Amino acid sequence: MKKKALSVLMAASMLAGLTAAAAVPAAAEEEGKVLNIYCWNEEFKSRLTDHYPGYEEVDATTGKIGDVEVRWNITPSTDNAYQNNLDEKLLAQADAAADDKIDIFLLEADYALKYVDTDFTASVTDLGLTEEELANQYQYTKDIVTDANGVLKGVSWQGCPGVLIYNREAAKEVFGSDDPETVQAKVADWDTFKATAAELKEAGYKIAASANDFYRVFSDNSGKVVEDGVAKITPEIKQWIDLSKELVDAGEVGTFDLWSDDWNKGFYPDGKVFCYFGPAWLIDFCMAADTEGSIANQGGWAATEGPQGFSWGGTWIAGATGTDNASLVADIMRQLTCNPEIMKDIVTADNDFVNNKPVMEEMAADESYGDAVLGGQNALAMFCAGADKIDRSNMSPYDQGYTEELQKAMKDYFEGNVDYDTAVQTFFDNLVVKYPELTF
Amino acid sequence: MNKSKGKVVRYNRWGYIFLIPFVLVYVVFQLIPLVNTVYNSFFENYRSGLNQVGPNFIGLANFEAMFGGGKIWMYLKNTMIMWIMGFIPQIVISLLLGAWFSDPSLRLKGQRFFKTVIYLPNLIMASAFAMLFFTLFADTGPINSILQSMGILSEPFKFMSNVWSVRSLVAFMNLLMWFGNTTILLMAGMMGIDTALFEAAAVDGATSTQIFWRITLPLLRPILLYVMITSLIGGLQMFDVPQILTNGSGAPAESSMTLIMFLNKHLFSKNFGMGGALSVFLFVVTGILSLIVFRINSVGNKD
Repeated sequence: MKKKALSVLMAASMLAGLTAAAAVPAAAEEEGKVLNIYCWNEEFKSRLTDHYPGYEEVDATTGKIGDVEVRWNITPSTDNAYQNNLDEKLLAQADAAADDKIDIFLLEADYALKYVDTDFTASVTDLGLTEEELANQYQYTKDIVTDANGVLKGVSWQGCPGVLIYNREAAKEVFGSDDPETVQAKVADWDTFKATAAELKEAGYKIAASANDFYRVFSDNSGKVVEDGVAKITPEIKQWIDLSKELVDAGEVGTFDLWSDDWNKGFYPDGKVFCYFGPAWLIDFCMAADTEGSIANQGGWAATEGPQGFSWGGTWIAGATGTDNASLVADIMRQLTCNPEIMKDIVTADNDFVNNKPVMEEMAADESYGDAVLGGQNALAMFCAGADKIDRSNMSPYDQGYTEELQKAMKDYFEGNVDYDTAVQTFFDNLVVKYPELTF
Repeated sequence: MNKSKGKVVRYNRWGYIFLIPFVLVYVVFQLIPLVNTVYNSFFENYRSGLNQVGPNFIGLANFEAMFGGGKIWMYLKNTMIMWIMGFIPQIVISLLLGAWFSDPSLRLKGQRFFKTVIYLPNLIMASAFAMLFFTLFADTGPINSILQSMGILSEPFKFMSNVWSVRSLVAFMNLLMWFGNTTILLMAGMMGIDTALFEAAAVDGATSTQIFWRITLPLLRPILLYVMITSLIGGLQMFDVPQILTNGSGAPAESSMTLIMFLNKHLFSKNFGMGGALSVFLFVVTGILSLIVFRINSVGNKD
């Protein structure tokens, strides 16, 4: 009897499940009820959670905007996992059920062109944003995600001019002052930088955790590294290699991979690292500001221009072609990248450098604003000056692989395991494995 | 007459029916992929960004490209070196442990416990194990701190930047992970040997060393052969440990890059052509080496 009751109950619940499932598409009107967002870390999620009006967090991977369910598909970038996953999903996008279709996916500068130049990314104006709305954004952030036909395919809430972020304690100890002007004089150009590295070594500091730290300064100012399908070592890249080799040989910088535990050690006083190079997202998001005992937590960093201006990375919001939530996608873009009030909030709450020129210039002049990680310093003027000068016309869809393989191969050269020619040969060989269509 | 003939036929039919599951599984999961791999190796077939290139028939161009740089031989050499470095100590330790465990005259206590414990490392995922070693032996990791605080090193030793330290670590990890498994296999083989032989030898006054070399080892040959060939195949397919330990770079200077790690790199561009060519190469190498091991071990077995 009991068994029978159970089976009836089960049958009933299955039926109920079936009818419920059938009811969903019927209830859906013109817009989908599920917003699928693909990204590789929590950065965009926290921006949306904290700043998008009406976003409610449900749990770690879901949220709600009105009656639309927001699903976060977060795959780390390690070993290219994010893109591998995204590629498969995009290629299957046309056949996917409405609720499984990708609506928003995020892009990094290094591989933005891989997606921008395809039909998988939707035109931003088609989604409903107008050129007037986008007028205050930095031009370079639009150039990067504009395809070959001049169509804008993404928007970003941040600008990524980079600065030299130095350890105040170390500066006081070695140079007698942590004032940005004093420090800037010590790192004004690469020759001075080299001399300063020697001075810091005397005091037990490495000037940078890794040679890879200042790679972006050179690569960002370099000409195209891949032209007409031919990869090359440009003079700027060669300059980075030579400088790094010299500094590594002298024991003044390390050779750690970026993001590795050894590289991270410098975020803490015992790591004895003088400086890092990076944009606002590095300062705010990566330098362990929330960890007790880190330099960032004590406000022990400060910013200065460094030897050369540069930019690094950045995250773009792209709408996927075939999205069933076009107006919501457009509104998220509009609110996070065009609404000056929200963008100002992002600056004050997260110390990000937002992609809105008037807001940033106003904040740069605001003496009440200061970044806690930088000990209350308002470095925005520095960032603003940098952002105006960024020119990313040297980008190629191969930048990600080029950077990864070059840094791997050169590590062996810096450490003296192979000579320069062998390292370059290894680099080209591995680059071609990643991109079989390239030659060198 | 007729009746009995019919019975034989019917039995044969049952034989075939019982074979069907194996043959089906073999054909679907082994034979078709194998043929497919060879077929794929003749095509240019990869993805450039999101655009598919090919498949276009290009004959042996993939093989030419693969052997062109000569790096493939270096990767094969790396793989073999790391396998041998792990296998020799592994077989020695396993034989020793196996002999001890299977020798009733030693009256070892807690055998079950130790048999379980030596097998345990095999239960840990290789990637987790490699990650642990990666952290332990990092430039600023605990091993370096301990060595420095003990005054053995004055500055951190870069384990991951030295050819032989990386290879040794890989070999050591494989040793740790697999010696328990080998011990159990060898022990099973040893326990299968007729104890009367040991007793007879002991009565004749043979020492335990003599018994080991003259009786245990020769009679263990079939199991040893099995262990060697499976370990060789496993060794040629070495991947997860060096991949995680070196972050896929085979550092330093690709001296710990194995064949499968190289194969894995072609997945970045979904390059099935080159992947196929490399797999065919690996298939041929595995076949040849297995044959050699088999030959060496069965020499002298004829009498």
